[in-house]
Amino acid sequence: MMPVLRRLLFEYGMVLVLLLLCIFFSVVTLTEQHPAGAAAARQLARDVMARFGKEGRVLVAVREQAEDIAFLHVLQEEFARSGLHPVEVVQGEPKDARAALQRLAAAGKKLDAIAGTQAAAGWLVFGDFSTDFPTLGTPRIMTARSYRWPNFLKADNLLNIANQIAVIAIIAVGMTMVIVAAGIDLSVGSLIALSAVIGALLIRDYAGGVAAGPLGMIFSCLAAILACGVVGFFSGTMITTFGVPPFIVTLAMMLVGNGLAFILARGQSVGNLPDSFVWLGRGADLFGLPNAVVLMVLLYAAGHILMSRMKIGRYLYAVGGNREAARLSGVPVALVLLFAYTVSGLLAGLGGVIMASQLKSGSPTYGQMYELYVIAAVVVGGTSLSGGEGKMFGTLIGAFIIAVIQNGMNLTNVESYTQKVVLGLVILVAVLLDRLKHRGWRRQPRA
Amino acid sequence: MSDAAPPLLEMRGIVKSFPGVRALRRVDLTLAAGEVLALLGENGAGKSTLMRILGGAQSPDSGTIRLSGRELDLRTPHDAQRAGVAVIYQEFNLVPALTAAENIFLGRELSRFGFVARGEQKRRARELFRRIGAEIDPDALCRDLSVAQQQMVEIAKALAFEARILVMDEPSAALTVLEVERLYAIIRDLKSHGIGIIYISHRLEEIFAVCDRVTVLRDGANAGERPVGDISRGGLIRLMVGRELTDEFPKRDAIRGDVRFEVRGLSRGRAVRDVSFDVRRGEVLAITGLIGAGRTEAMRAIFGADHRDAGEIILDGRVLAIGAPRDAIRAGIGFLTEDRKGQGLVLAHSVRDNFGLPNLNWLSRGGFVRRGAERIAFAQQVDGLRIKVPSQETAARNLSGGNQQKVVLAKWLARQCDVLIFDEPTRGVDVGAKFEIYQLINDLAAQGKAIVIVSSELPEVLGMADRILVMHEGRVTGEIMDARRATQEEIMELAVA
Repeated sequence: MMPVLRRLLFEYGMVLVLLLLCIFFSVVTLTEQHPAGAAAARQLARDVMARFGKEGRVLVAVREQAEDIAFLHVLQEEFARSGLHPVEVVQGEPKDARAALQRLAAAGKKLDAIAGTQAAAGWLVFGDFSTDFPTLGTPRIMTARSYRWPNFLKADNLLNIANQIAVIAIIAVGMTMVIVAAGIDLSVGSLIALSAVIGALLIRDYAGGVAAGPLGMIFSCLAAILACGVVGFFSGTMITTFGVPPFIVTLAMMLVGNGLAFILARGQSVGNLPDSFVWLGRGADLFGLPNAVVLMVLLYAAGHILMSRMKIGRYLYAVGGNREAARLSGVPVALVLLFAYTVSGLLAGLGGVIMASQLKSGSPTYGQMYELYVIAAVVVGGTSLSGGEGKMFGTLIGAFIIAVIQNGMNLTNVESYTQKVVLGLVILVAVLLDRLKHRGWRRQPRA
Repeated sequence: MSDAAPPLLEMRGIVKSFPGVRALRRVDLTLAAGEVLALLGENGAGKSTLMRILGGAQSPDSGTIRLSGRELDLRTPHDAQRAGVAVIYQEFNLVPALTAAENIFLGRELSRFGFVARGEQKRRARELFRRIGAEIDPDALCRDLSVAQQQMVEIAKALAFEARILVMDEPSAALTVLEVERLYAIIRDLKSHGIGIIYISHRLEEIFAVCDRVTVLRDGANAGERPVGDISRGGLIRLMVGRELTDEFPKRDAIRGDVRFEVRGLSRGRAVRDVSFDVRRGEVLAITGLIGAGRTEAMRAIFGADHRDAGEIILDGRVLAIGAPRDAIRAGIGFLTEDRKGQGLVLAHSVRDNFGLPNLNWLSRGGFVRRGAERIAFAQQVDGLRIKVPSQETAARNLSGGNQQKVVLAKWLARQCDVLIFDEPTRGVDVGAKFEIYQLINDLAAQGKAIVIVSSELPEVLGMADRILVMHEGRVTGEIMDARRATQEEIMELAVA
């Protein structure tokens, strides 16, 4: 039993960390949930029918708001289906309710229940029937029952986490390849901005601006992504042909990319994009999953297959594990590295396009510090910075660990500066755990 | 050694386990002042672990270490240094970018008012070098020194803190015959000053040349202890492997065919100058010479690992265009590097992944690795070469030297290479595995391949080769057509010419 457990921990330690984080945030965000919308209306209708039957004398109260009205429609439909006719329907403000009650009292009617949305049911006018409207009887105030459920675990929130991390996670696919090959790419953050600006500029100036069609937008985005791929290819060339350390090359490209983005955008955010441009970043076509998240999942699947099943993946590991041995075994080291940096550039470009789509504009300030989050995701995911080791899905877990921590702290109202401190420490601890796990819980020997 | 005075060093009942392995099982070792003790054993017998414990690099699970009767608790290399134990590992502990003098006093800098007293350090370093008869400039950067010189720096370093025990792990591995003689002289001098020396080597002739007593380890336990005068070469091998090895070099009937592989006018800078040779089908050609003679450099240039200034490489009458190792491999040349761990294998990766590297071209389709085919191809090699490996997923670093070498060999065999270049094929390989590798080389030659062996070990050269090429300062200085009738002296003469 123990060896199995240890193996599981070894292989999936970070999954465990992610699970623990989810459990933690689930517990601390456990709150009273008030159902709303159609589900709430159906439940309320059931409760009213169960208690009073179709002869029940019910006053329905909702506010004059879209969601309340939607609630009202469903509620009325449900009542009609079971043959209950509400005595009165109030749609508006407390004073409308008061007027209605007065009307009913004057007509000598009695009420069994007042059914409404959470907000309407709380109106003061329903507070004291015995003094205000003694003739109406003592109606029961009914709303959809509340229940306890963690804010963290709500479907919307979980999708939100995935959507928030999509950009970082997608870029981390390329970064994993680069780091497995014992490199580093610091330019990805700037490339986000560069890609967003180029894409937005092309759409605004050449594809027809607000009236741009899908084809024009696709070509603009492809051009932006390609431009970033060229930057990645250039970095790779510098690294392989001239032997400049990756850290330096990509640091330089980070400055160049950022500067170019500002120059192209003249220091301003590029707007005037068509509404349909947000399809990639905000749309959700497949079973309600955000498009960016679907794209992310596809890229991870492809990345996993590439790293574990394909020749190029083997070569990446070999180059990172022992570059000279790989070269002497006939691995085309330069091509392999060029591939990694180009893919990293392309994916950073894709990330930029997604971000532009999410925010419906392209700004040179996008993606600042993102390279560090991306690297953190890769490292937290168990990839060794010295190369030759790491798994694609580990990176996905790493990205989610970061996203869950950020999201959880937002939900628990932790201040954003404090969030940075916590995030930094968590990254450190995660990597430390990984280190210890590999070395068998021993301390580094003293110098 | 009198009964009253405790020995210089006494290790008792040393036990050390690693996850899954018991490296040492109650090992004892004693060393007297002024004694040279040979520590012998096959790879994995526990010699290195025992010495790492003595050097403070690892802590034993149990057991005691006494120095002149006083019990020591060695937790760090620093503790060991302070106690007077110096260990010279196979991989030197020198900082390449520092000077010889700076390396000698590294961590124990002589200082005046908080500043490093560089002049004083240089003076002391020069003194130490004079004492061991080494001609080294204290200001020379260590990366510019030869291997032998670096070893001298290590020895000087040990003397600088007045070590009483000096451990030398394979000190001769990278030395030439002359340099080894020099090393012996230094050892004898240290011995006369009462320093106890533990000498680890795979080369048995060195044991008889310089050691007083021998302690043999086998499978992490003491296998025997004898004065060197009381034991024969065969007896030592028996102690080490626990069985009889009738012959160190397997017999082979050479069937030499036509010329298969030719190198014409190969040059690379000053390291390789106008080297030409040919190898026939089924022939084993040995290339020998002193360290720095340009043998490895020539092989690397042939293989495309380094750029070559001039030279033609011809296989089966066809001139090959080799610009990178890929080209050489595609043409059918395999190269087993001398630095197996640094250049031959990706140590952290599985043996199968290592095997796959040069073979993925034919083991993949449409960019996808045919993993089943790869597994089968490797399994065939594991059987054929008798590689001892728990599973195909085992990391290469967990294998013994001999099995690592076989994995590297498997890489090339699966590619059906026509020419195989072995650079120091048995370095760091224990006696039993050596024999197997020699046998494999013979089998390959019998299959009609052209074999080149680069080796510094003259017995190996004489025992294996059909023909011998000797290099000196980048040039071929001699060729011995019939290796069977050659002598070590003959080779040495050509090597120093």
